[in-house]
Amino acid sequence: MTRKGRRLALIAVALGVVAGAAGLALYALSDNIVFFYSPSEILQKNVQSGARMRIGGLVEPGSVVKAAGDRLDFSITDGANAVKVSYAGLPPDLFREGQGVVAEGVLEGPGRLRAETILAKHDERYMPREVVDALKKQGRWQEGDAKP
Amino acid sequence: MTVEIGHFALILALALALVQSIAPLIGAWRADRALMGVASSAAIGQFALILVAFGALAWAHLASDFSVLNVAENSHSAVPTLYKLSGIWGNHEGSMLLWVLILATFGALVAVFGRALPAQLRANALAVQGLIGVAFLLFILMTSNPFERLSPAPFEGRDLNPILQDLGLAIHPPLLYLGYVGFSIVFSFAAAALIEGRIDAAWARFVRPFALVAWCFLTLGVAMGSYWAYYTLGWGGFWFWDPVENASLMPWLAGTAFVHSVAVMEKRDALKVWTIFLAILAFSFSLLGTFLVRSGVLTSVHAFASDPRRGVFILIILALFIAGSLSLFAWRAPLLKQGGLFAPVSREGALVLNNLLLTTACATVFFGTLYPLALEQFTGEKITVGAPFFNMTAGVLLLALCFVTPFGFSLAWKRGDLIGVAQRLSVALVAGFVVFVALIAYVRGGPVLAPIAAGMAIFVILGSLAEIVARIWRRGVSLSTALARARGLPLSFWGGALAHMGAGFALLGLAATGFGAEAIATMRVGAPQTVGPYEIVVDSVGERAGPNYRETVAAMTIRSGGQVVAAIEPARRQFAARQMATTQAGIATLDFGQVYVSIGDPAADGGVPARLYWKPLVTLIWLGACLMALGGAFSLTDRRLRFGAPARAKAGAAAAAAAAR
Repeated sequence: MTRKGRRLALIAVALGVVAGAAGLALYALSDNIVFFYSPSEILQKNVQSGARMRIGGLVEPGSVVKAAGDRLDFSITDGANAVKVSYAGLPPDLFREGQGVVAEGVLEGPGRLRAETILAKHDERYMPREVVDALKKQGRWQEGDAKP
Repeated sequence: MTVEIGHFALILALALALVQSIAPLIGAWRADRALMGVASSAAIGQFALILVAFGALAWAHLASDFSVLNVAENSHSAVPTLYKLSGIWGNHEGSMLLWVLILATFGALVAVFGRALPAQLRANALAVQGLIGVAFLLFILMTSNPFERLSPAPFEGRDLNPILQDLGLAIHPPLLYLGYVGFSIVFSFAAAALIEGRIDAAWARFVRPFALVAWCFLTLGVAMGSYWAYYTLGWGGFWFWDPVENASLMPWLAGTAFVHSVAVMEKRDALKVWTIFLAILAFSFSLLGTFLVRSGVLTSVHAFASDPRRGVFILIILALFIAGSLSLFAWRAPLLKQGGLFAPVSREGALVLNNLLLTTACATVFFGTLYPLALEQFTGEKITVGAPFFNMTAGVLLLALCFVTPFGFSLAWKRGDLIGVAQRLSVALVAGFVVFVALIAYVRGGPVLAPIAAGMAIFVILGSLAEIVARIWRRGVSLSTALARARGLPLSFWGGALAHMGAGFALLGLAATGFGAEAIATMRVGAPQTVGPYEIVVDSVGERAGPNYRETVAAMTIRSGGQVVAAIEPARRQFAARQMATTQAGIATLDFGQVYVSIGDPAADGGVPARLYWKPLVTLIWLGACLMALGGAFSLTDRRLRFGAPARAKAGAAAAAAAAR
């Protein structure tokens, strides 16, 4: 192969790999991203059932019910609206009523989420940032409550 | 007083770093030996001063001096000594101090071992290293001073975050930082080569050991972090594609590419500009990682504090260094003499493909990590890009890389014989394919990624073995001759073989996660619960006191076919000082797999909610990573790569050339 030919071959392979990667990324992006909503946004934006999403807010006090078969039912609220969540499994260490939480799962109907993952904050010092923003939008967050 | 000395030493270190970053540059420019000589002394002095500062902070932590804010917030008199020590870097300020300590250590190493280097190259490299030191020392002194006093001093500290009170986390940050910051030397040498406009194989020979050291530690650091997440978070997961994890994976990918391309440069005097670019890239990703983790843009265990000033400061450092080095690259890289081109089917051709795949994989991780942040900044929409995205992109690219690896390793330099190599690898290829088909039949309709990965892992492992065999054994050769030949092979060959096998084993462990079992159950004393091939019984549930916590322990035995094979004690710990609970998973290693149980708070009726997992071959993930690091260490001890080798190697090459004439 000539010098020019080799260089062209190299460039062609490089472009091929990059194009392949870009294609994979776009394909993966089209079905694998998960949007984050606050309970109010779900109701306002009329999000379709069956969509995967994350919902964040506070665990509504008094809403936690341990149902049969290790199922856990509770509501996530941002102070104005609430979404019912059902989850099969153990909640994380810092899951408590009145505390910040993020649930990821599939929306089953208006205001009902079947959660597959529950994320709570890591320690008492801060809240998930998404939750703080969701609460701020509803005017339920006071600076100095806890450090975000 | 000690603490003030530490603070003062740090300020002096900043002054020395300033000198180190300016004087040698001028010296190298004017060819002034005396000014260039300043670099080494300044680098060693800077290291000594930062060591004093670090020692002062260590003393404050060990002596539980709560009049120091940093100690009061992150330590407690009842914490075991090990965690008092790890408390030094278990917080933002202290970990940044560790960062600059390691930075200065690498600078001092160059000053001490780099005597054989051309004076100009060494002066310029140390100047750039000094400049990085200036930036981060300023950052520490202006935004995150670890020596701040607290008045009045409290009687008791607030305790180290219980999640961080763990052996794994005690050693994870130093390992990771040795890796992250190790690439700073590679970066400094790249910048020095650009400033001089000259680069040769001796450059590669000197930089390669540093790159290998950094790479080994980064490999261990990433593996350690992953194992820590696995056993402390109680989810049984070991990689979440969390931005913080990605932040450590990106420099690893770029660094792996660098370690391979620098070999091409050393052997074939080619890929120079690309290698320089990778050096810049690897350290830029280290800086980006530091930014992501330390600035508080992300919420995670690593975001100890989110002070926006810090974020902006690191962002400025990041922008200056990345933009600065890339501009330097654009300006000076055309000056570097291009090496020759080479045949596509050759070891160097395969290494180019390796580099392409690694960097594109790195790019996809970069995209997936930063896209959500950017989208939120610009549109306010919040999205999560999770595991499926990364598996689909970086995962697929890295699998493709695994397929190429044995071919590249077996091909000869200059001109390879693809058919010969395919014959040599035929056994490995067939074995990998058989494993793949068997697993596909076994899962039938299940996810295909795990069988593909398993087949590929077998191919990589056997491929490396096949190459070793091909090098030492031929039909009719006696065992003793083969052993003698094995001893005669260069250590860097063994290093490569081990590292590739390690990658294969790690991949096998990853693939095996697709064949595990899990169960969620409320367990009662005496009632067995099955998970995978094992039966688990709770023997008793009790309370126990630790040094600074109380724990609820569920003692369990694991049986296989009626035989007791192991006992585990998963627990929940309550830390009084921070009013916080952690999960201690009960883990039993059986062969290379693990039974993993984590429990929740026992209910009033005595039922213990538990998550149980059977994870076959899971330990191979981390053992494989250790094997990779061991391979790196083998390459490092190769005679050609010892410190100071460039001079002798050059003399040797000259002698060989003379003899050939």
